[in-house]
Amino acid sequence: MSNFQRPFFLFIFMLAWGVFSLSQDVAAKVFNPETFTLKNGMQVVVVSNHRAPIVSHMVWYKVGSADELEGKSGLAHFFEHLMFKGTPSYPDGEFSKLVAQNGGQENAFTSSDYTAYYQTVAVDRLELMMRLEADRMTNLALTKEVIEPERLVILEERRQRVDNKPRSLLAEQMSASLFLNHPYRNPVIGWAHEIEKLSLEDLRKFYKKWYAPNNAILVVAGDITAAQLKPLAEKYYGVIPRNPDLQKRNRAEEPPHRVPRRLVLKDARVRQPIWSRTYLAPSLVKSDKATPYALEVLAELLGSGSKSRLYRELTFKKKLTVSAGASYSMGGRDHSRFSLYGSPTPQTSIEQLEAALEAEIASLLKDGLSQIEVDEAKQRLVDSAAFARDSLTAGARVLGAAIASGQTVDDVEAWPSRISLVTKEQVMEAAKMVFKPSHSVTGLLLPEDKQVAK
Amino acid sequence: MYKKILFSLLFSCLLSVSAKAVEIEKVTGKNGVEAWLVEDHTNPIITVSLAFRGGSALDPKGKEGVSNFVSGLLDEGAGELDSQAFRGKMEDLSISLSFRAGLERFTGTLATLSKNKDEAFNLLRLALTKPRFNQEAVTRIRSQIQASLKQASQNPNVIASVAFEEALFPNHPYSRPTDGTEETLATLTVDDLKEFVKKRLAKDNLIIGVVGDITPQQLAAVIDKTFSDLPDKAAPWELPEVLPAKGNKPIIIDRPIPQSVIRVGQVGVKRKHKDFYPAYVLNYILGGGSFSSRLYKEIREKRGLAYSPYSYLYPMNSSSLFAGGAGTANERVGETVDVLLKEWRRMETNGATAEEVNNAKTYLTGSFPLRFSSSSNIASILVSMQLNELGDQFLNERNKFVEAVTLEQVNKVAKSLLDTDNLVVVIVGQPKGLKQ
Repeated sequence: MSNFQRPFFLFIFMLAWGVFSLSQDVAAKVFNPETFTLKNGMQVVVVSNHRAPIVSHMVWYKVGSADELEGKSGLAHFFEHLMFKGTPSYPDGEFSKLVAQNGGQENAFTSSDYTAYYQTVAVDRLELMMRLEADRMTNLALTKEVIEPERLVILEERRQRVDNKPRSLLAEQMSASLFLNHPYRNPVIGWAHEIEKLSLEDLRKFYKKWYAPNNAILVVAGDITAAQLKPLAEKYYGVIPRNPDLQKRNRAEEPPHRVPRRLVLKDARVRQPIWSRTYLAPSLVKSDKATPYALEVLAELLGSGSKSRLYRELTFKKKLTVSAGASYSMGGRDHSRFSLYGSPTPQTSIEQLEAALEAEIASLLKDGLSQIEVDEAKQRLVDSAAFARDSLTAGARVLGAAIASGQTVDDVEAWPSRISLVTKEQVMEAAKMVFKPSHSVTGLLLPEDKQVAK
Repeated sequence: MYKKILFSLLFSCLLSVSAKAVEIEKVTGKNGVEAWLVEDHTNPIITVSLAFRGGSALDPKGKEGVSNFVSGLLDEGAGELDSQAFRGKMEDLSISLSFRAGLERFTGTLATLSKNKDEAFNLLRLALTKPRFNQEAVTRIRSQIQASLKQASQNPNVIASVAFEEALFPNHPYSRPTDGTEETLATLTVDDLKEFVKKRLAKDNLIIGVVGDITPQQLAAVIDKTFSDLPDKAAPWELPEVLPAKGNKPIIIDRPIPQSVIRVGQVGVKRKHKDFYPAYVLNYILGGGSFSSRLYKEIREKRGLAYSPYSYLYPMNSSSLFAGGAGTANERVGETVDVLLKEWRRMETNGATAEEVNNAKTYLTGSFPLRFSSSSNIASILVSMQLNELGDQFLNERNKFVEAVTLEQVNKVAKSLLDTDNLVVVIVGQPKGLKQ
């Protein structure tokens, strides 16, 4: 019942393609957006949806936790909180007050690859939102008085989201273990000891470095067209000077992975064990542009829904798990992840579960797939577009996240047709490529001090 | 037969917004079952939201969790289709169908591409009227629910909720666990499940909202086909009226976690009570209005004590709650509870300011149209209008009710309703610094 979440962070793979489902007709586009670019380099995307006279106004910055300097984890997310604090024109909470007075709802989120701010509001209040959002792109006033209480809030946020939950603690350690060198190893919210030390100077430098129109994307979804939006975008965002020194996003690269990793968290708070394994996998942006689509089909047929192999074999037939599944999302600028999970029945040990899951993967690699399960998985994925189009915010979120992570509008719009082109052979090749033990981390969440099961 | 009512979705004295009409049509089948429809052919999809009055509060003592158990099994095989066949059909046709047991309602949602609507409504019909409850599915879903109960039992928020409800509603169905317990789950039988379906899913307690690519004529035919086999009447029930208990000292549940979960609560205002709207505005000012509430400013913004302090108003059929809470490091619980109670008392004693009431009203009226952002949101609005008996003119009237609230009304309710001295306080964690 806690009913709002101001500045929260999203893990990079949460805004997954898998979250929404796409269209009945293969040739159909997904969101049919219009795009243009302002003279200062700011990209604009418009998704028209005229159901109600409302709009969702979002600004996405191409900076996330993976762009932080070493030893400064949590900077991107800390900064997201500060964006609500005030400018000379709208000091001291004036921003949120104006949004609320105009019946608007707002929030923001941070991932490894981006930071985004949004308001949902009646369309005739859009201009005010644009004035406010453009103002805080470069005019934020940061002081010691402002950052210190916010630091405490963020540490409470970390306790709430991570430290109070054994499952989140394990997930955090698994990420740190999966990525040997790339900054995806750090939690988006940051490590507590580093959050405690971030300075006013760190935050100011970060702002100057990344917050500029040529590093931002404006996405507006709702009761508006590009022709209507353009003059407003030029008036408010078009006048902000570009940052001539905008840097490339350089992240440390992964060395070859040579050894499977295994983490066991035993915690007195745990009563239901969970087994999971995450493999390093390619993102669309840094791939051959074919494998990620095959991996999405693979995840669907292997572990999504009750017809999937894992549920059918482990939960339905063998009665070893209460749930089992797989997931993959092609999002992410540099890397992605392919995950398997299962939770045992009381009669099953975690070792039995692991052996059974591994046997499923082995049999898939050895015996292959049937054409029909590939076709059905593709159809389910392609069907999901019609549902995605229905929501006011889904298009804005998917397009914003994709572009901010290095994909193009075309990548988003062509998704259903590319999924429909995936062949059985490609799915098999992708499976052989991704299921390498040396590229994986296995995580066991177990109760403390006693046998999990017989 | 259809009855058309036009609503102007957007209207407001404070916001001049271009009006757009949401047209609600009441569609009634030959079987007497009525559905409220918002027709929209923009996308080839249909979304249905349905609710049976009743809910887990009616689960018999000792059989807590039966409604939740049924909700997990209705889509696990029905009619001629066993679990794999039923779910296979859903997945092959991209039909999503699911059920949920709430405290006072048993709900279902159906979403389908319009081209598959006959199959989709047929699955809904089978699920509601011919569930199989095969042994295999019953065993599998039972162990899933038990696993999720085990998981919930380690979640500090759930631990707090359970203790909070027990403290507020001792010995009343409102304090019984909605999803049951591991013990009750173990004893529930197929006969219990069948009994639930027979008694609780009927025409006379069913409420339906439909949005999307379907005409009233098509919907009328669908209503006949889908719901005719339901019994006419649900078994009678009674849920005794109850006032939430008062608290004297904090209830502390010791758990080894770094952050304590704090809950406070007292009696609220029921949905149809004349004080509902003043209390609704009051709650916005105290802790409901996310970034501008007093709790947000005092607990989070000024002192950095918590990430999301909040309050909410929760009207039920036979009671009502006004509650709040926050999560903070164990070391800072004393200070956080102090500030929380101080703000509660300040509102009780001094009330709100004219500016606060005005700002609350502008937000609450201006943000109302934002609820119409997806088919599933609209379908659930159609259902809650009917469940709460708000009348078919509600969309036109709702903002007027909010507009009409005065500072005097808000302050009168603050004084008569808020009861800081007798708040129930529940804390899960290892809190420090609490005053005795």
